[in-house]
Amino acid sequence: MSAAPAAIAVEDLTVAYDRRPAVHHVSGRFEPGSLTAIIGPNGAGKSTLLKTIVGLMRPSEGHIERAGLSRSDIAYLPQQAEIDRSFPITVADTVALGLWRDIGIWKAITGARWRRVSDALASVGLKGFEDHSIGNLSAGQFQRVLFARLLVQDAPVILLDEPFAAIDERTTADLMEVIKFWHEDRRTVIAVLHDMEEVRRHFPSTLLIAREMVVWGPTAEVLTDEALRRARALSDAWAHGAESHAHGRAA
Amino acid sequence: MDIYQHLFAPFADYGFMRRALVACLALSLGSGPIGTFLVLRRMSLMGDAMSHAILPGAAIGFLVAGLSLWAMSVGGLVVGLTVALLAGVISRATALREDASLAGFYLISLAAGVLIVSTRGSNVDLLHVLFGSILSVDDQALLLVAGIATVTLAALALIYRPLVAECFDPGFLRAVAGRGSLYHVIFLVLVVVNLVAGFQALGTLMAVGLMMLPAAAARFWAIEVWSLSALSIVIAFASGWAGLLISYDFDLPSGPAIILTAGAFYAVSILLGRHGSLRARYFPGAHFHTHQELLP
Repeated sequence: MSAAPAAIAVEDLTVAYDRRPAVHHVSGRFEPGSLTAIIGPNGAGKSTLLKTIVGLMRPSEGHIERAGLSRSDIAYLPQQAEIDRSFPITVADTVALGLWRDIGIWKAITGARWRRVSDALASVGLKGFEDHSIGNLSAGQFQRVLFARLLVQDAPVILLDEPFAAIDERTTADLMEVIKFWHEDRRTVIAVLHDMEEVRRHFPSTLLIAREMVVWGPTAEVLTDEALRRARALSDAWAHGAESHAHGRAA
Repeated sequence: MDIYQHLFAPFADYGFMRRALVACLALSLGSGPIGTFLVLRRMSLMGDAMSHAILPGAAIGFLVAGLSLWAMSVGGLVVGLTVALLAGVISRATALREDASLAGFYLISLAAGVLIVSTRGSNVDLLHVLFGSILSVDDQALLLVAGIATVTLAALALIYRPLVAECFDPGFLRAVAGRGSLYHVIFLVLVVVNLVAGFQALGTLMAVGLMMLPAAAARFWAIEVWSLSALSIVIAFASGWAGLLISYDFDLPSGPAIILTAGAFYAVSILLGRHGSLRARYFPGAHFHTHQELLP
């Protein structure tokens, strides 16, 4: 199905852990149907921003305008480290969790819904893997399973936290095709990424942050040497500030 | 004939043995699935700490009303839940990690419980509270244990899907349903009520044994949540049955006999289980194959 385009506006957003800001006064707008990469140094607040958009973290200041989007209109791919891969669950049951909007807590998963699960698995190249335990999959295969769950969620907004971390090139290429399909289908896709080449090749818009927003706009205008230098300097300044703060408190 | 004499006659001949066996069945039905989720959520230590946290509550109930089933159960329930919530709050509000916070509460609870019972009761009372007496389970206690098992199974059936999602991928559940902590709290309540049920029969020190050992043993044989839960129930009930017979035949205390039987199941599973056991890892045999599939 083609999704209704949806915008997300971030207004003067600050998000803090233990009163230390991980995202500091960021403002901007993810346009409807846009495909945006969020990049920045380690600890720049990229994942925190994504989690706040999903609603997993609360803003300390500012707010996020989700333009009438309900919780089930946003599909979220967490980092693999946040999922217990030793949990005894099959591939089909994992993907079927994506049906949550339709089945909620109690509704049965009927034949037509299982077909959606199988179709999604086939789309990510895992046809016939339904009964496999997730513990027996490689990192790349497991990421394909999580993408199949996103396909089943069928949401107009899709947030991806490091979707290509620690997976092989072929899987990255296959999953990039799924992301392109979402973009062509006018869904709003936001992905936290590290690989600059990937961002340059596939993502029209980019947000560069280092806790504070450095630049947000067309990728070619964001990925400049000067902007990246500024991001690193800002990141160092924040880290140095936190260190001084800790020393000050210790003294 | 010999088999009947050994396995069934003590239960046919004596009402107290029948009641003890039914109590074991009811405890197994509730504790098996709860133990499975505790193991899957890596909360085994939490189960242990909770079982000890029940002690001062039960002791206060004992202080107020003597060896009253309801007073001790309500006391255990209230203090158990309070400690579960306090341990969570302290680990979130301070730099102390949850395992250290639980260990602190567990030691304080054990000492406080023993102290309270000692001020009023005899050593016999203290032993009853610490180690239970499954052979003296009366109809009232049986009803309580059976009622808790019924509520537990019904509640688990109702929250099964979000509970699985919360164990496996908590971020996903919070993103789609937004109420992850609600299911966590319901689960904690179920842990405490099942420990209160177990405490009636096995005492505070042993109650957690019938919850954790069968669930830990099942992990070596089954690979799905439902089969792990079912196998935990079977192992717990088999431990109850065999433990009662051992205690009857050799005149041994029944609680420790049941827990040690569950311990034997656990030890055998570590050695010979199908998944992740020493045998499976180091002596896989001719039929060994990896489940790792080729990349698509």
